[in-house]
Amino acid sequence: MKNIFAIAGNEARRIFVSPLAWAVLGVVQLIVAIVFVLSLLDYARFSEQAGQSFGVSDYIGGSVFGFAVIVLLLVMPLMTMRLFAEERKSGSLTLLFSAPVSLTEIVLGKFLGLLSFVFALLALLALMPLSLIPATDLDLGRIAAGLLGLFLLMSSFGAAGLFVSSLTREPTIAAVGSFGLLLVIWLMNMLAFNDSIPFTAVFSYLSLIGHFESLRRGIFSSADAVYYILFTALFLWLTVQRLDMERN
Amino acid sequence: MDSEILIEARGLTRRYGPTTAVSDLSLTLRKGEILGLLGPNGAGKSTTMKMLTGNLAPTAGEAFIKGLSLHDAPTAAKKNLGYLPEQPPVYPELTVDEYLTFCAGLHGIAKKDRAAAVQQAKQSCSLNEVSSRLIGNLSKGFQQRVGLAQAIIHRPAVIVLDEPTVGLDPIQIREIRALIVELGKSHSVILSSHILPEIQAVCSRVMIINRGRAVYDQPVIATRNAKMESLTVTLKRPPAVEALSRIVGIASVEDLGAGRFRLALAGGNDPREVIVDAAVNNNWGLIELAPEVKTLEEIFVELTSGDEQERKAA
Repeated sequence: MKNIFAIAGNEARRIFVSPLAWAVLGVVQLIVAIVFVLSLLDYARFSEQAGQSFGVSDYIGGSVFGFAVIVLLLVMPLMTMRLFAEERKSGSLTLLFSAPVSLTEIVLGKFLGLLSFVFALLALLALMPLSLIPATDLDLGRIAAGLLGLFLLMSSFGAAGLFVSSLTREPTIAAVGSFGLLLVIWLMNMLAFNDSIPFTAVFSYLSLIGHFESLRRGIFSSADAVYYILFTALFLWLTVQRLDMERN
Repeated sequence: MDSEILIEARGLTRRYGPTTAVSDLSLTLRKGEILGLLGPNGAGKSTTMKMLTGNLAPTAGEAFIKGLSLHDAPTAAKKNLGYLPEQPPVYPELTVDEYLTFCAGLHGIAKKDRAAAVQQAKQSCSLNEVSSRLIGNLSKGFQQRVGLAQAIIHRPAVIVLDEPTVGLDPIQIREIRALIVELGKSHSVILSSHILPEIQAVCSRVMIINRGRAVYDQPVIATRNAKMESLTVTLKRPPAVEALSRIVGIASVEDLGAGRFRLALAGGNDPREVIVDAAVNNNWGLIELAPEVKTLEEIFVELTSGDEQERKAA
């Protein structure tokens, strides 16, 4: 456990001393803020016409988080690409491999380090809907469900990216690879809409996006949470296997 | 030499697909020994070191650190291990202090002892002046020293150094050599190098690896006091070759011209005194008498290039 936190702490430090993390935080914040302001203006106009049938948390939270997912799909591969690929390229992976720590501890440590970045990102995103608290009555449960959904989704992206990063020694290939992988899992949802394909229900269930939809709407179902946790665990396990193979 | 065995390797073999990088290599290293690994490029030195540090699983054979198998108890075995690979495993975006503190934690040094361990490692590798600089901004020599500091920070029983003096200036090389000798007193050190005098200066044992096989494994003393195999003599007024070959202990005489002779010695004899006496008595005018000893370099060349010729012939 101590080793995991030592590696996680080091990883977090390395993420936050790099300009990449700050650039990503800044750009994501800017883009999501534009969407936030636009949907806020939209809602202000719309609510005057249609009365209070539609909650502000639902409308703002839903659109901001929904849009954030697309942005994060694009940037998470950038954050995960370095984790193993760059270390392998620069030779610093040897430090971890010759230290008295197990492969599982290395993988979990790196993953936890990455989560520290995810937390920072989510905290910044959460500030936007929360800034409405003084002005209006916010459904905090609904916002919390959306944030939890985003967090679970980020963990899944992160674990998949970590795995792809462990496959190669070129960070750019890791980025392209994990972007491709995430998009394919994402697009499984599309197959589900095509009735001519058998097992559409399976595809729809396996798709990453389907499970986020209900969380975004504020419905917390343990099945969705378990789906993301299993997805994350699967890729972390695959990463450990992959690193073990590397020594053989 | 009854001290504790710190590294033991039995029949290490490593294949990459059809190529065999290391084949059936065994070694034992006791406390207080410094083993020098020598070999031409691509001989398998780095592969051997990777296997001894658990970075690479051997195809066959096993390695033990302090009696602990790297295969069965990797974490326990690696606790006693410090490794400096060919490329120093440093994070360029961290400062020297940050990096060494992380390494100390990674090697299980308790939080309260970390600052002292970092301080000591910096002291040993003369890194104090660059403590708060980013590793990425340091020169190659300093990065190498940071890598070395990382390998010794937890004072491991076994230290494995892959070409530790590459990229250092002559003064740093001397400092690092002194440090390695110092470490060798209480630890076991394995180091690889291309520089033969370095091995002779620092190591207590030499192993020469060629094409993945250990072809020579002797204490360095043996290379220093190697048996004389021949003498070179220069005489101002040389006698006939027969006169020389009659001297006891000389197996054959080769005339090199201009009064120089190479005298091959018959097993174990040292006829130098006799030759001097004969030269004085017969007024030969002795101006040179030099023993020809096999140096480490000659041993190295003989063992590694002989193979080359064999390969060409085959």
